[in-house]
Amino acid sequence: MENVVPFKIQIISILATLGFMYFIVRQIIRGKLREEYSIVWFACTIVLLIFSFWRKGLEQISLALGVFYPPSLLFLLAIGAIVTFLVHLSIVNSKLQSQIKDLAHEVAFLKEKQLNESTIK
Amino acid sequence: MTKQRAKILVIIPCYNEEASIQNLVNDIQSVKKQHDLPIDILVVNDCSKDNTLQVIKSLDCLYLDLPVNLGIGGGMQSGYKYAYRNGYQFAVQMDGDGQHPAIELPKLLQEAQTNKADVIIGSRFLEGKGFQSSFFRRLGITYFKWLNKFLIGQTIHDSTSGFRVFNRKTLELVNQYYPDEYPEPEAIVLFGMRKLIMKEVPVEMCERQGGVSSINSFRAIYYMFKVSLGIIFVYIRLKGKWKM
Repeated sequence: MENVVPFKIQIISILATLGFMYFIVRQIIRGKLREEYSIVWFACTIVLLIFSFWRKGLEQISLALGVFYPPSLLFLLAIGAIVTFLVHLSIVNSKLQSQIKDLAHEVAFLKEKQLNESTIK
Repeated sequence: MTKQRAKILVIIPCYNEEASIQNLVNDIQSVKKQHDLPIDILVVNDCSKDNTLQVIKSLDCLYLDLPVNLGIGGGMQSGYKYAYRNGYQFAVQMDGDGQHPAIELPKLLQEAQTNKADVIIGSRFLEGKGFQSSFFRRLGITYFKWLNKFLIGQTIHDSTSGFRVFNRKTLELVNQYYPDEYPEPEAIVLFGMRKLIMKEVPVEMCERQGGVSSINSFRAIYYMFKVSLGIIFVYIRLKGKWKM
C-alpha cells in the first residue's frame, strides 16, 4: 500500500474540511454560534486537515497502536469525539433547563406581585 | 402595601384541572371558616391548556401563573419558594384533582403545629380507608417503601402521597432544591438524608374528580425507572456530601 488515501480523495477532503471551517466561521460572525461551542469544531477540523495533508500519518499511527485497518482507527476516534460532544450538549441542556425553571419562577412571582399591587391601588 | 399574610399557605399545583379546581378551593375556604384556620390558598397554574386560569381568577385565592410548563416538581417548587419568601410558617401541598379532601386539612395542620415533625405526610394506607389506588400502583408504592427503608432507615407507607405539610425548616431546603419530575418519593429520600423528621397521618383520599393523571400506564415503567434513578442519585449526592 503506497498511499493510505489516493490523491483525488485527498484533494476532496482538504476542500471539504476548509469548506466546513468557513461555514463555522460564518456562523460565529453572524452570531448564530457561540465561540465556546465552536472550539470543539475547530479542533475537529484541524485534526481532519492534518490527516488530509499527512497521508501516511493515519497508517503510521494505526500500526504503532496495533490497529491493522487504519480507517477503523479514524472511525473510533470520530465516534469518541461525537459521543463526548453529545454528552457535553446534554450537560449544557440540563443547565439551561434549570435556569429556565428559575426564570419561570421569577416571572410568575413578578406577575403575581404586579397583580397584587394593581388590585390594592 | 400588600395585605396581611396568614401563617399557612396551601399550595395547589394545577395542570388542566378546570373541572375540579373550583370545588377544591371552595371546600378549603369553607374548612378554613369552619375551623378558623390561618391559611392562604395559592393555586399554581402550570401553563394549563384549558380554562383553568380563568377559573382560578374568579376564585377567592392567590395564584401563580407559570409562563412555561414546568411539570409538577417545578410547579410545586414555585409554590414552596413563594411560601418561603413571604414568610409563611407552614406550606401544605394538595393535588388539584380533588384526590385530597379539604376536610382532612385540619388533622394534618394540627399535627404540624405540635412541632414534633418537619414533614407531615397524609397517608392513605395507615388505616386503609377511602380510595386505595390500583394494584400496580400499590405494588410500586411498596417498592418505594422498601427502597426508602433501605436507604434512609425510615418507613414511609405512602411515599407517593402529594398531601403534605412542610414547616419552615423544610421550606428552606426545598426553596434551594426540589426534584423536577415525579418529585414525591425522591423528596422523601432528600428529607431523610437531611435528617428531617417525617411523620405520617392517616387520611382518606378520593379518586380523582376530573382531569388526567400525570402517570398513565405507558409512562409507568418510565416513572419507576426515573424515580429510582432520582432516589439513588440524591442518596449518593448527599451521602458523599457533594454540593447540590
